Amino acid sequence: MIKNISNLGDAALYCDFGKEINKDINTQVIKYFKTIQKKNIPGINNLTPSYNKLIISFDLKKINFNKLKKIIDNIEIIKGDSIQNKKFEIPVCCEKEFSLDIKRLEEKLKMKEEKIYESFFEKEFFCYMTGFIAGMPFLGDLDENLRAKRLDTPRVKVPKGSIGLTEQFANIYTFESPGGWNIIGNTPLNIFDSSKENKPNLINPGDLVIFKRITKENYQNYHE
Amino acid sequence: MNKNYFEILRAGINSTFQDLGRNNLYHIGIPFSGAMDNRNYLLANKLTGNNHNHPVIEFAYQGPHLKYHGDKINIAITGDVSFKIKNGDNLIDGECYQSFILENNNELDIISTNKSVYGYLAISGTFDLKFQWSSCSTNTKAKIGSNNGEKLSVNQKINVKKINDNFVNRKLNYFNTKIENIRVIKGTNFNYFSEESKKIFFKNEFKVSKLSDRMGMRLEGKKIENIFDTNIRSEGLIKGVIQVPADGNLIIMLSDHGTIGGYPKIGVVVSADYDKLVQLTPGSRVKFQEVDLSSAETLFKLYDLETQNLISQI
Repeated sequence: MIKNISNLGDAALYCDFGKEINKDINTQVIKYFKTIQKKNIPGINNLTPSYNKLIISFDLKKINFNKLKKIIDNIEIIKGDSIQNKKFEIPVCCEKEFSLDIKRLEEKLKMKEEKIYESFFEKEFFCYMTGFIAGMPFLGDLDENLRAKRLDTPRVKVPKGSIGLTEQFANIYTFESPGGWNIIGNTPLNIFDSSKENKPNLINPGDLVIFKRITKENYQNYHE
Repeated sequence: MNKNYFEILRAGINSTFQDLGRNNLYHIGIPFSGAMDNRNYLLANKLTGNNHNHPVIEFAYQGPHLKYHGDKINIAITGDVSFKIKNGDNLIDGECYQSFILENNNELDIISTNKSVYGYLAISGTFDLKFQWSSCSTNTKAKIGSNNGEKLSVNQKINVKKINDNFVNRKLNYFNTKIENIRVIKGTNFNYFSEESKKIFFKNEFKVSKLSDRMGMRLEGKKIENIFDTNIRSEGLIKGVIQVPADGNLIIMLSDHGTIGGYPKIGVVVSADYDKLVQLTPGSRVKFQEVDLSSAETLFKLYDLETQNLISQI
């Protein structure tokens, strides 16, 4: 359930589902997201579900914060509609040229490179949300010992395909973009395809992901 | 068979097709995009007799130099822009907020956006464009929108598929006002920052950095000190959000922004001031002024009334 609704600027509702981050809370967020999406409430122009928050953006010409808050406060959540799980295996190359922040992580986590990769490649990840840039999946949860903060100053350009880590999450940069995550490798796989308007994202909330280490040779010769 | 087209002799720095942008795609990571300066976008379309969601060319700093081939067409440019029209040996100085005729082989040279960032070129007709998610808006980072998601490039042709009939010349007496203050509502993480830094945020001037584009505007100035946590759980963003990474420098989210972010939000620029904000050139000074939600809503009503009023004068 939503714990608190406040305003983010003058044209968005900031719905807080509590401090915890786990699959149950995230599933609640997704249920609200899907319900509101289906209701087609006039004035709403975007919904952004994340781990434990839902941001509802609206057109200030059509509705305002107080009116929309009343509607959301009284909304009834559609029951059922369980989230489907698909499974993906994502190839990753960890050569020096791709693992831009592995040295930083060795220092911050006080772990050897090989241990970091071992722990990372063993894990099965759950997709909590997509976004930041088009199609980028936010995958959790990393083991406790792999959790590091973002870079102090985000990079202006992170290469397409980069695999980043921060706190309990991993992500994939679907195209070149600014970003502040710790980059440990790169995938040759295309994660976002804008020519598929109905289904541009490869990985969606609720999907399961494992990463598989590949050599530079495999990377260069990779075909989908 | 496209007999009416523009040939690009010089593409300009960042010339893209834009309209009102696309809605309801934040959840897959696709931002609004659309024209950065909404008012100047709407005025350009009205001056050329188009509806309010008609694709135009947005340019930044230096615009394109175009050569027109085809039947007579009208154009209008809005913003703070210097441009020239070459008709044979005749070189005419263009004026913003006024329609001009282009004839076969005329050239339109958009030289500079002067002391602003963005300007708009609308035509009394329809560019032949591909739409994605019902919008032509080009997001060059995500490679989404018309022109294969790319900015315009030299030697390329832009086809015009339709020219409006019965065109009437139009003019508007309007001057872009210069601003000093950008009004801001406190962000959801305002209390993450030291008392000293909260004061600095609303008292000091910040300088617009060169590292600014359609995604975001970075600011330079006194560092903002975080006393709680320099990261938050990644969550949704909207345009106008002011984030503070661990280095203490402010970053404002603009129209092509990432839809999710993990840096604390110290404030959000009010909707009424967004058009003015995006026009601040690198090196300009900006000062933030705190307003509450109801004042921000009133300011937006005034902004919208003024825009409607300008449109109705055309």
